[in-house]
Amino acid sequence: MQPKVKHNLLRTFAHLGLLIASAFFLVPFLWMVSTSLKPVTQIFTYPPEFIPNPFQWSNYIEATEYIPFFTYLSNTTIITVFSTIGVVLSCPLVAYSFAKLEWKGRNTMFIITIAVMMIPMQVTMIPLFLLFNKIGWVGTPLPLIVPAFFGVPFSIFLMRQFFMGLPNTLRDAAKIDGASEFRIYWQIMLPLAKPAVLAVGLFQFMNVWTDFIGPLLYLTNESQYTLSLGLQQFQSQKGTEWGLMMAVSTMMTVPIIVLFFFMQRTFIQGITFSGIK
Amino acid sequence: MKNKMNQANHFSATAGIQSEMKRKSKIAGSSLNGWLFALPWVIGLILFYAFPLFSSIYFSFTTYSILSPGEFIGLANYKQLMNDGLFWQSIYNTIYFAVFFVPLSIIIGVALAMMLNMKVKGMAVYRTIFFLPTLVPHVALAVLWMWLLNPGFGLVNGVLDAIGITGPNWLGSVTWSKPSLILMSLWAIGQPVIIYLAGLGDIPQELYEAADVDGASWLQKTFKVTLPLLTPVIFFNLVMGAIGAFQQFTLPYTMTQGQGTPDNSLTFYVMYLYDNAFKYFKMGYASAMAWILFIVIMLLTAVIFLSSRRWVHYQGR
Repeated sequence: MQPKVKHNLLRTFAHLGLLIASAFFLVPFLWMVSTSLKPVTQIFTYPPEFIPNPFQWSNYIEATEYIPFFTYLSNTTIITVFSTIGVVLSCPLVAYSFAKLEWKGRNTMFIITIAVMMIPMQVTMIPLFLLFNKIGWVGTPLPLIVPAFFGVPFSIFLMRQFFMGLPNTLRDAAKIDGASEFRIYWQIMLPLAKPAVLAVGLFQFMNVWTDFIGPLLYLTNESQYTLSLGLQQFQSQKGTEWGLMMAVSTMMTVPIIVLFFFMQRTFIQGITFSGIK
Repeated sequence: MKNKMNQANHFSATAGIQSEMKRKSKIAGSSLNGWLFALPWVIGLILFYAFPLFSSIYFSFTTYSILSPGEFIGLANYKQLMNDGLFWQSIYNTIYFAVFFVPLSIIIGVALAMMLNMKVKGMAVYRTIFFLPTLVPHVALAVLWMWLLNPGFGLVNGVLDAIGITGPNWLGSVTWSKPSLILMSLWAIGQPVIIYLAGLGDIPQELYEAADVDGASWLQKTFKVTLPLLTPVIFFNLVMGAIGAFQQFTLPYTMTQGQGTPDNSLTFYVMYLYDNAFKYFKMGYASAMAWILFIVIMLLTAVIFLSSRRWVHYQGR
């Protein structure tokens, strides 16, 4: 009887802790949305009021007129979609090679890949900028898209860990049947790795959608700005237009939230693979 | 090989050699496949990592800027950095952030995951709530927290006021600017929480049952079963968290328009590096900074990896 009481007590504490934590995580988020729906006079009210009165959408309309929101949105979408395609094509292929194929130099290459993960992007940032500048890609979205087609070390690592966990029996059976290595990869192993591929794609999507330093370096022309860069510029020019900024912030967060709710399981699974295996 | 073949007059020996040869050719064949599969990355590695990496070492010994080719000056950039006050300030700020943020994120992350793991009602809802902030793009996160921490009309000081505390000037104060940054970074720790939660789910239930039979208390179970078996996951998050902390850029840059205000209390290492490279075009100097960052991160990771042998326990290994 006693352990049960104790357990219930623990559970109550856990519930309390979770409630407090939820407030910490949820309230700022709601505050963002609430501010975006408030009239200016209410934004500058002290003490702060939580519920917009009256509810108004005009911040959203004004924000999209104030900055070329839809241009930024389409720029962000193009960069994000193409670089995600790049990663989804390249990373599982390379990862499969690391996990399941035996080749001379494989372990060395894998160690190099892990080592590369440790290279801060700031080290390669300057020579890469000069390289892209030399071939005339600065001021275009290409430096933000093309490298993804050649693999991203973290995603390769994550996929490799996933492939390592798949049994060899299927592959051996297919091999005995005379299937080529690429066919085994494409028709057997890759479909089995679908959750990990989706996860890697999602991560890339999120990273690029929210990326700031990349666009800051390479997108020199305002007509090419992404949402992150656009919001940052807006903030540095009109730092007190909280209603408008919260409207932009909300609008650039919503697509990710929608994606998250549609693919929640993949999201959770993907994050899990990266940390567990 | 040939010698061996001459000696082979037994059927079994011939078969043995044949299978050995077959195995060798199979390895050679799949070796080619292996390289072919890995080819995109081999090219990417050379073009986007190796080449810039080595150029960057060279640049760090020159006065290179985008405007002039620069000349070789040996270790002068590094020497100059040692006497650069802002360089040291940025190191102090960065280490300050890492030292507080990384352990806090692990402690809070594990605690939240353990609470979620108690199979409480509404677990999925809590999990979603914890994860929500990680979906907010960093620039938006920075702008949102500037607003929350606004000394005049912000929600945080509003709430503090309601319970009788006069809130500080947060991002406007040298004392509070870095704690503010730690606070808002902790807001977005949903990802590690999910990883810890999955790690907890991987711990075999039998271990707890066995512990129950032995009459272990909750505390004993936590420290003798849960935490040791969670160490591989903690290890992963420690490495990722430390590396991320040293590369802090977007939040402080957005909040201070790249100025690191007030009084350079938010000038983080990478911000100063960025300024040198792309504001002052001192690309040689910035490359030297990048290399110092790289070496520090490598040493730190090496230390964590070496220490992991002592404190990371892998299940079934």
